[in-house]
Amino acid sequence: MQNTDNHTDLDAEHKFLLFVSGMSVKSGHAIENFRKICEEHLAGKFNLEIIDISRHKEQAVHYQIIAIPTLIRLQPGPQKTILGDLSDTAKVLRILDLN
Amino acid sequence: MQETSKTHNIPNNFIFPKAPTGVEGLDEITEGGFPKGRPTLICGGPGCGKTLLSMQFLIKGITDFNEPGVFMSFEEPTADLSLNVKSLGFDLEQLKADKKLVIDHVRVERSEIEEAGEYDLDGLFIRLGYAIDTVKATRVVLDTLEALFSGLDNQAILRAELRRLFHWLKEKGVTAVITGERGETTLTRQGLEEYVSDCVILLDHRVIEQVSTRRLRIVKYRGSTHGTNEYPFLIDEDGISVLPITSLKLDNEVSSDIVSTGVPGLDEMFDRGGFYRGSNILVSGTAGTAKTTIACYFADEQCKKGEKTIYFAFEESPHQLVRNMKSIGIDLQKHINDGCLIIHSSRPSLNGLELHLLTLRKLIKEFKPTTIVIDPISNLISVGSEHEVRSMLVRLIDMLKYNNITALFTSLNKQTDSFRPDLAEESVSSLVDTWITVRDMEGMGERNRGIFIIKARGMGHSNQVREFVITKKGIELLDIELGPQGILTGAARQSNEMNKKLSEIKLQSELDRKDREIARKRKVLEANIEALKNEFESVEEELSLLKATEAMQEQAALNKKQQDDK
Repeated sequence: MQNTDNHTDLDAEHKFLLFVSGMSVKSGHAIENFRKICEEHLAGKFNLEIIDISRHKEQAVHYQIIAIPTLIRLQPGPQKTILGDLSDTAKVLRILDLN
Repeated sequence: MQETSKTHNIPNNFIFPKAPTGVEGLDEITEGGFPKGRPTLICGGPGCGKTLLSMQFLIKGITDFNEPGVFMSFEEPTADLSLNVKSLGFDLEQLKADKKLVIDHVRVERSEIEEAGEYDLDGLFIRLGYAIDTVKATRVVLDTLEALFSGLDNQAILRAELRRLFHWLKEKGVTAVITGERGETTLTRQGLEEYVSDCVILLDHRVIEQVSTRRLRIVKYRGSTHGTNEYPFLIDEDGISVLPITSLKLDNEVSSDIVSTGVPGLDEMFDRGGFYRGSNILVSGTAGTAKTTIACYFADEQCKKGEKTIYFAFEESPHQLVRNMKSIGIDLQKHINDGCLIIHSSRPSLNGLELHLLTLRKLIKEFKPTTIVIDPISNLISVGSEHEVRSMLVRLIDMLKYNNITALFTSLNKQTDSFRPDLAEESVSSLVDTWITVRDMEGMGERNRGIFIIKARGMGHSNQVREFVITKKGIELLDIELGPQGILTGAARQSNEMNKKLSEIKLQSELDRKDREIARKRKVLEANIEALKNEFESVEEELSLLKATEAMQEQAALNKKQQDDK
């Protein structure tokens, strides 16, 4: 990735969906881990929606969720899906091109 | 919700709860269906009908047993599934609209998914739970779970989660069907059989000598007895049908009615004047020994009595058969027009044995005949191995017996000098009740046809080889002609008849001559008698004359004495 691309990426609106299930431990970790990442790398430029699929089951079908927790980056494109509690920060950053 | 299972003399009358599949034949070999409230694994190679079988289980559950269902597809999108089964007459859209069915396509695309950290498959559980609750489903299909293995990296998590999934399904009390691709050495590529241990069904699709046969086998079924063989199954416009031996036990009812053979003279060879209704008759013989003619006579006779008949012709087209039979005075067309007779012609190689059997089954179901003719059964042997043919025939005969259908098969055997049957015959001969053989009898530069009965179960029968001829008037069994060396046929018969006639004429003329001689003798005697009579008469006359003279003399003497006294 070229630097210029990175730059424009950061300028764009970042929109994430984080799917969790009730009060499970992994869900808690994922929310915590991702909040930290966003605040460090995308302060003020992100929009994170947390969806509890145990309450909004139809959302799980709609977004093709199988694993919990699942993070979906809607914007900027292309859409990316990351499974897991996002504890591997370096990997998450690499996948999301946030370095 | 049906719990159909045969009890089989278990003292406490325990019935293992089962969910009927609604798949023709499968319920019979599983003795009632899949284990209720437990997962069943269906595995097999690609294109062997896993998805279809599971879909049929689900749809039949909805339509026949009022059990709503969930189909979770990991491979095909909903629209594709709908289209695929539409050709089988299932309208998924309608079932979905009726809130009886939920189809959820779970798309797992490896290229779009990254993994970072721990996760579980709660998403899948929730979706499944949501779908089950939406329609209150009691049947669930997961097709094919293994797609998850290619979509997700962390196999350890996956395996743990699958174990949890099956546990969860059991707790939910749904009857689940899981399909799995067959592995090289294991039943499924990912070893799903480790998790699903209640019932495992293996599908197989084999091509042997260019003929494909699908087979189904129950690898295991915990807590229940089941058929253990490999059963052939078919996929046709009605979906899957498994073809078990229709009655695993030989307990069909039998009839003591007699049906005529239709061949004049042949009836008399059986003590009771024909075949038993519902029995199987094999007419075997070499080429050109009038097997088809005998079969047609039989069919004709049954039609005349108003019995519905199906004639399966594997060698001739219906028109050809009708034309040929007309030449010996049998009008099959009339019976066809009356709706009494169906002639079904097909090439044996048109499809596999099982499909033939299915066609037979279907026609029998639709037309409900009381008589069928298969001409010839030996042609089917070219389609499958002897073993397969035999197993197909066992099922066929079982089905016919079950329906009390009288069946006549013809079988072409190879030209051999020995009286022993060849393999083709042997494979069926023990199955049939009555076996008639027609033979060429060669000798003295000509060929004659002979017919004899090899066996007739439950009926006394003639032991003679009867010669028969086919003329414009049809088959005629000739009377037995005994010569010095046994039974005479053909020219020998004719020469024997000629000899007999000659000696008869000789005898007659001799008799006549004797008669005349006696007449002459009588005449001579009569003449003698007359002469003696005359002689006697003249003597008698003389005597009476003498007597008269004497009387007159006496009188005269008396008169003279009286005159003297005066």
